Amino acid sequence: MAEILQLVIAGLATGAIYALAAIGFTLLWQTSQTINFAQGEFVMLPAFFALVAMNWLGGPFWLSCLVAILVSILLLGMVFKLIVVDPMLKQGVLPLVISTIALGLLLREGAKDFYSAEAQPFPYIFPDRQISVLGVQLSLSQIGVLLIALAVIAALQLFLSRTRTGRQMQATAQNPTVARILGVPVERMIMYTFIINAALAAMASLLISPIYLAKFSNGEHLGLAAFVAAIVGGFNQVRGAIAGGLLVGVIDNLAAAYVSTGYRQSVPLILLVLFILFRPQGLLGRREERAV
Amino acid sequence: MSRSSLCWSLGLILFGLVLVFAPVNLTDYGLPYPGLKRYGTYIMTLWLVTAIAAMGVNLIVGYSGQETLAQAAFLGIGAYTAALLTKAGIPFGLAFAASGLLAFVVGILLGIPALRVQKHYLAFVTLAFAVMAWLVFRNEQWLTGGVMGLSGIKRPVVFGINTRPFLNFYWFVLAVMAVMAFCMWWMLRSPWGRAFTALRENPVRAESLGVDVRLYKLLTFAIGSAYGGFAGALYAPLVEFIDPSPFALSQSFLYLLMVIVGGAGSFLGPFVGAAIAVLLPEWLRFTETWYLLIYAFLVMVLMAFCPGGVVVLVLRIKAVLLPQAAKVRP
Repeated sequence: MAEILQLVIAGLATGAIYALAAIGFTLLWQTSQTINFAQGEFVMLPAFFALVAMNWLGGPFWLSCLVAILVSILLLGMVFKLIVVDPMLKQGVLPLVISTIALGLLLREGAKDFYSAEAQPFPYIFPDRQISVLGVQLSLSQIGVLLIALAVIAALQLFLSRTRTGRQMQATAQNPTVARILGVPVERMIMYTFIINAALAAMASLLISPIYLAKFSNGEHLGLAAFVAAIVGGFNQVRGAIAGGLLVGVIDNLAAAYVSTGYRQSVPLILLVLFILFRPQGLLGRREERAV
Repeated sequence: MSRSSLCWSLGLILFGLVLVFAPVNLTDYGLPYPGLKRYGTYIMTLWLVTAIAAMGVNLIVGYSGQETLAQAAFLGIGAYTAALLTKAGIPFGLAFAASGLLAFVVGILLGIPALRVQKHYLAFVTLAFAVMAWLVFRNEQWLTGGVMGLSGIKRPVVFGINTRPFLNFYWFVLAVMAVMAFCMWWMLRSPWGRAFTALRENPVRAESLGVDVRLYKLLTFAIGSAYGGFAGALYAPLVEFIDPSPFALSQSFLYLLMVIVGGAGSFLGPFVGAAIAVLLPEWLRFTETWYLLIYAFLVMVLMAFCPGGVVVLVLRIKAVLLPQAAKVRP
């Protein structure tokens, strides 16, 4: 029992990180119909920004993390929107999908060629110590990760539901035309979602890199996890992405322990296919109305 | 025969001759062309095999407007099937047919659930399938040899001719490719094939005219995947050794990319795309590890300015250089 509890808590910690990536994914889909196939790379890369700031420029760890988040907002948020997404929107969904696939390749190869092909150790934000609560061994670092991720998600939810800007963003996501008529600066709101996506990806990156090490090829696994989490949770719901992320994290971890390690990766994918078969709108999603 | 179709036929014959003689040393016949060596011919053969798989992707993506992220997995299914069957002593012809058939059946099984729901869900299902197929190739050692792969795959004897020499195998693959390209061309020209295009252009109208949209989408996906299986059956004897790495998800992404880059929905697109993906890296050897970086960047630029791909880009450049030719066309 204690073992299962430990696995579940470790799973919730990675799951909360997947949720961060999945939320950004759904936000982009809602506001600009962008399926970002580079999302995994968006989570892989910020750790490298921090490593560059730390190892090449000699900054302290906390400052490097801050720099990583800011650079991500600039490059993976604003530049991504202005240079990659905006010129593509009029071309339709498929060219944009292809473009984000190419962008993922570009970022992956870029991290490999400019920094290193080897996995890089990344400092823990919390001390990597075990504490014992009622006979269950808990890792302080995992609990820290879980708490930070949940705090970020809660802050985001508050921002979206309680502030004027947040509500305008939701309006933009639900119906851009009507939002524009009501005087919502739709373009600016879309830019905000890209910025939030980049910031969430950067947070996820800083939280997961101590566990997985920073490696150029991490994006494939992370992207897949975010992807499954977003669809399982319901593609059009932020709350769904959170639930999906936590679920995928826990299932992933339990599968690693109780299913063969060789097929561990397939368990979340089977979940994905089952959802597509039996509940395509996801855990908490609504059915999308047909356009025609 | 109209003038333009005459031009096309002549061009096709000329292109076919160039392909047939590309690896041959012509200096003995008084022509200053040294031909290709073993490696050059290998790369040309790989291009033909890749083009077959890309034709399948083009049918799915370009003609019926769906997305597939599993073509490399279908190649893998074909390659392992052909390798295992020929190693068990079954003639290559049967193994080749079995490879395509198995890919077709798997395509149907994947398509049925995926096409029940929304547009992009086929992409998601194929993505999941691509990873799972790769896991099976890697983990089922008793069958696929796992990461150690399968070696000693023999090249077939066709009509009494052994294709073991690289030149013979090139011609064999060229012939198979020509047959498969002809089948594709015939399929697209048939009333059945025209329905695909109708479907891509306006699904609602096509449906109102009595086209069973789901059935067509399912069949195009399965046939496109079968092309992947056939290509895999040729890939195995080409490299004579297979392991899971060329059938990974990232490779499936590259197949989709090459078809869009070449020109989705254009018959020549897959050939151009496969050439860019297979032949170009050989000429750009000096760029070393930077090649994929440059390639990815150029794909993004191409998508922003000319999402129709290189084929459309060439037509556009032609229209700029020869404005009168464009005007003459009614």
